[in-house]
Amino acid sequence: MAEEVEVGCARPTGGPVGEPVEEAAEEKSKPVEKEISMIHVGEKVPDFVAPGYQQGKFINVKLSDYLGKWTLLCFYPGDFTFV
Amino acid sequence: MSIDSMFVHKMWDDHELSKMVDGGVPFPMLSDAGGKIGRLFGIFNEAAGVENRGRFIIDPEGVCQGYEVLTPPVGRNVQETLRQVQAFQLVRETKGAEATPSGWRPGKKTLKPGPELVGNVWKEWKTEMAFE
Repeated sequence: MAEEVEVGCARPTGGPVGEPVEEAAEEKSKPVEKEISMIHVGEKVPDFVAPGYQQGKFINVKLSDYLGKWTLLCFYPGDFTFV
Repeated sequence: MSIDSMFVHKMWDDHELSKMVDGGVPFPMLSDAGGKIGRLFGIFNEAAGVENRGRFIIDPEGVCQGYEVLTPPVGRNVQETLRQVQAFQLVRETKGAEATPSGWRPGKKTLKPGPELVGNVWKEWKTEMAFE
């Protein structure tokens, strides 16, 4: 039978049966296996296009369309993740 | 932006966010299924397969002026983000002639970096001003 899980602020994920179960990622910290390249302050950010939703419409947004304005780009773990 | 589809964004906005913000979220809610853009910005959490709470301030030239990255359970401070944008705007308007010391808010004293200020910040700025 399905077991009940506690929900946290990360999005729960699954994996193949037989492999070690990933603990809820928000609870653990392990060394990063590969180097993650971070954005550098004072340098141009990479441009991208992404589909999205705004005020009743489905849209495509290109970051460079916002050149000329101050822009805040916010990432988050998932919709309905509480905080 | 999150790894959720634009359809899930619509459901979240329609059924929850619109109950907190009249008319729903005004800005675009973007989808990054697969995490390509999150990896580009260095905030994709490979272990969990989701984006961390990354926030980037991008100026009119497309230059990143600042960022903050938090793990999932702690929410952001929007006031502090707006304060930083206002500070960057002031620096830009004065073409770098003025700088904003720790604790600065709009209307509060700025500093004018130059030879006379070297070693004299203590005359212009008090520690309490960092906490006002």
